[in-house]
Amino acid sequence: MIKFDDVSKRYPSGQEALSHVSFQIDDGELAFVTGHSGAGKSTLLKLIMQMELPSSGQMFVNGQNLSRLTRSQLPYYRRSIGLVFQDHQLLFDRTVYDNVALPLQIAGYEPREAARRVRAALDKVGLLQKEAQKPLELSTGEQQRVGIARAVVNKPALLLADEPTGNLDPELAAEIMGLFEQFSQVGVSVLIASHDHNLIARMHHRMLRLEQGRLIGDGSKGGSH
Amino acid sequence: MALRPEQRTRAENRAASLQAPNTSVVAALAQHQSAAVDSLQRLLHEPLGTMMASLVIGIALALPLALLLFLQNLQSLGSGLEQHNNISVFMAEREPTALLRVQKMLSNHKAVKKVTYTTPDQALQEFQAKSGFGEALATLDQNPLPPVFDVQPASENAAEVATLVSYLQGLPGVDAVQADIQWMQRLNAIVAVAQQLALLLALLLGIGVILVIGNTVRLAIANRSAEIVVVKLVGGTDAYVARPFLYTGFWYGVGGGLAALVLVELFLWGMSGPLARLLASYDTHFTMNGPGLSGGFAVLLLAGALGWVGALVSVLRHLRAIEPR
Repeated sequence: MIKFDDVSKRYPSGQEALSHVSFQIDDGELAFVTGHSGAGKSTLLKLIMQMELPSSGQMFVNGQNLSRLTRSQLPYYRRSIGLVFQDHQLLFDRTVYDNVALPLQIAGYEPREAARRVRAALDKVGLLQKEAQKPLELSTGEQQRVGIARAVVNKPALLLADEPTGNLDPELAAEIMGLFEQFSQVGVSVLIASHDHNLIARMHHRMLRLEQGRLIGDGSKGGSH
Repeated sequence: MALRPEQRTRAENRAASLQAPNTSVVAALAQHQSAAVDSLQRLLHEPLGTMMASLVIGIALALPLALLLFLQNLQSLGSGLEQHNNISVFMAEREPTALLRVQKMLSNHKAVKKVTYTTPDQALQEFQAKSGFGEALATLDQNPLPPVFDVQPASENAAEVATLVSYLQGLPGVDAVQADIQWMQRLNAIVAVAQQLALLLALLLGIGVILVIGNTVRLAIANRSAEIVVVKLVGGTDAYVARPFLYTGFWYGVGGGLAALVLVELFLWGMSGPLARLLASYDTHFTMNGPGLSGGFAVLLLAGALGWVGALVSVLRHLRAIEPR
């Protein structure tokens, strides 16, 4: 699903955010990217989302060589990825339903099919009764779950999450992680950037450890590349 | 790692699907509709600001529109005056058979459209009735007025009219020939100059409207930059992101067009009284015509198009700069 081949990212300031990173994540696999803040977790996700371009190396996502992606293809590429933000990035001027429906509306789904999918996604995160409410009327945990519903409503093959539990208490965090596990069980590849070591350690999934832009550990293989 | 054959086909399929969005016509129309309705609702949500912006645009549009309408009315007035565009031939000859011969010659001339003969008696009666000198005229021993032929030329071309005038001057028994064509030509020339001016004004103010709407839309884009980032991250194309702003510009244009039509109607209403009085003193009946239904519709459409273009300028300049970081 994801393949990084000797990928480096150097910012114009000279800071090397990622250096010679290589790894591969299979279809339906759930993996964590861990490390201190500034270790390169966010940069890694931004490269996958094509918010940033690598300085060197090759990346393949969903069979697509990202270096060959044109600007006009970019939106269609992004539709194949669900993205969960730490601060959920909901639109506060519209309802929960409309927030979740946004990716479908953008992709041009028929309204009836869109409604079916939105309700399925909201049901999955347990917020079906709150579809008419505005995000600000919800708790932080509920807002994050709306963000997750929006990320999965389009049935993406890949789900990315950037510190999805950063603002949540341990109980809610575990609940959110449980949701991600369920998605991976139905074949979605999930990559979660998180520095919540205690939580991740308990979940026994693969762990990619970054330190100062280098991949220093890969839990599934027990060592660095 | 090389991809296995079956993986490669899947990969290629996925790559192909990136280029071919599965957007149906119905869904595309639904997207347009929701963008149009949503942008209109946003504008109506802030009625005061929207009204102010529309009024600014309306004033800019009303100025050239009023001028063009005024000129159009003036031209239709000019064509109504064509009957005054005649050549008067005053005769020294008073002998009826000789006059009849001249009248025949004139009617058969191919440069002449129509000839009207006024006898001295008819002229006198008309003069008495209209000028108010009736009593003074009654004291005269004999009718001082000559027989007159009113000749309407077949062509309005100045050179042809001049040829006709000199031909008329050469006819036997003619005293004087008077052609009133010059002031008509002058009026037409003045209207043409004013029309050119109005068009240039319309061009300048049209550019002004585009800039005003462009700036308004730029502010709208800045206000919604967070939303734009999210939309781009969940796969919104440039066209999808731009669409609500293009409709915003369109609605501003239509609002400005409406304001302009109201202003022009007010202008016509205010002008028609004094104008009618002025023209009545020239013995001319005159009413100002407004743009009418189709004209009004054309104004709205044109204003909407200007708004769309203004928004497009803004979108092209500012929307690309807002990228997820």
